Amino acid sequence: MKGYTATLKSGEAIYYIDRKRWLWTLSVLYPVQPFLGMWLHARTGQPGWLLLPLLSGYVIAPILDWLVGEDENNPPEAVVPQLEKDRFYRVLTYLVVPLHYASLIGAAWWAATRELPLWAFFGLAMVAGIASGLAINTGHELGHKKSAFERNLAKIVLAVPFYGHFWIEHSRGHHRDVSTPEDPASSRMGESIYRFALREIPGAFLRAWHIEKERLERLGHSAWHRDNQILQSGILSLALQLGIVIAFGWSMIPFLVVHNVFAWWQLTSANYIEHYGLLRRKEANGRYERCQPQHSWNSNHIISNLVLFHLQRHSDHHAHPVRRYQSLRHFDDLPQLPSGYFGAYLLSYVPWLWYRVMDRRLLALPHVAGDLDRVNIQPGKRARIESRYRHLLATDET
Amino acid sequence: MARHRCPECGYEYDEVSGDDHEGYAPGTKFSDLPEDFVCPDCAVIYKEDFVTEQRSAT
Repeated sequence: MKGYTATLKSGEAIYYIDRKRWLWTLSVLYPVQPFLGMWLHARTGQPGWLLLPLLSGYVIAPILDWLVGEDENNPPEAVVPQLEKDRFYRVLTYLVVPLHYASLIGAAWWAATRELPLWAFFGLAMVAGIASGLAINTGHELGHKKSAFERNLAKIVLAVPFYGHFWIEHSRGHHRDVSTPEDPASSRMGESIYRFALREIPGAFLRAWHIEKERLERLGHSAWHRDNQILQSGILSLALQLGIVIAFGWSMIPFLVVHNVFAWWQLTSANYIEHYGLLRRKEANGRYERCQPQHSWNSNHIISNLVLFHLQRHSDHHAHPVRRYQSLRHFDDLPQLPSGYFGAYLLSYVPWLWYRVMDRRLLALPHVAGDLDRVNIQPGKRARIESRYRHLLATDET
Repeated sequence: MARHRCPECGYEYDEVSGDDHEGYAPGTKFSDLPEDFVCPDCAVIYKEDFVTEQRSAT
């Protein structure tokens, strides 16, 4: 296995091996799971196998996270420049791009050409949607990079679930506004994921459109100019999905609708759990403080990190957005989710259970210490939250 | 004319060349950029936190 040598500031020479190097291929293989289901269906004749990726995402991954546990290992800072330059890691993010196209086209072809009961047909659309939710994750990793090649790949892969605006929205919108009441992609204490989705999905699109419109106006163009990057990605999405309908028939329209919505829902789920209730302080000049490590929820669960390009080391990502996935670090005393993302998604789908687990964690964070003024709270919910958690709140009377 | 560097990701705004993708024409002063300007690459550094480097006379 490849090792890196470096010299620490103290003069000590070190040799570092990244034990996760080859394990990152899991982030490439995980999105092609629909093919595993199709293969098992073909072998057994049982359409139930097509839903295997739903089982692996919602049951097997949370259990494996729980069994295998957490990984707090960080690469030494001295080897990070070499790790960032190592082409192996970035090639994995390139390889997965065509696989996302293959997953959608393959699943659509299977759904259109096999006699499937209705539940299996729409189940397969959801499975394809999960794979394309991972395409947004791939686009996220690529879109944060500075090279034109990687940014273009991000736009290409985001076209699979018709989410091309994400590239603009995420970097220039979400990262700028994260953990503030203004951010449609940061959830508030007391806001259920369902209510959040209705704010996040349209809010994120409108913010992206606004940012792109302003850029085009500076260039002297209208918002509908051919340089509009949201429209460019949208045309690619239209070509792909229209092509699928032309090739495989009208039944692909409901299939693609379910696929797209379920892919967006994956991102909504991630956005919901990543910054729940966290709030940046406003400074005297009216700006929000710079995003600090305590403004993101994290998880060191290794299985889910290995299939998500380290997305769960989210604090370091927000502090250093262009840092590559293989170099993202764990820090002690960060807000921690009770499980990896997949388990946390499940928890969030049952709002009362989510509040029960997370509200206490939120109020107990050292920088919050029971002070609701330091929480991003759902308007109108404050009185109810105050009475429910009276015993956990800081009081002025003491 | 000065160069302004993002201390987080190294993005450089050069007043001589501007930034054609972002729509800032060559010669646009950093002080004339919008007040809500953030680093176009990492988006976590506000305008006032950029590091100014004077160009050496050539």
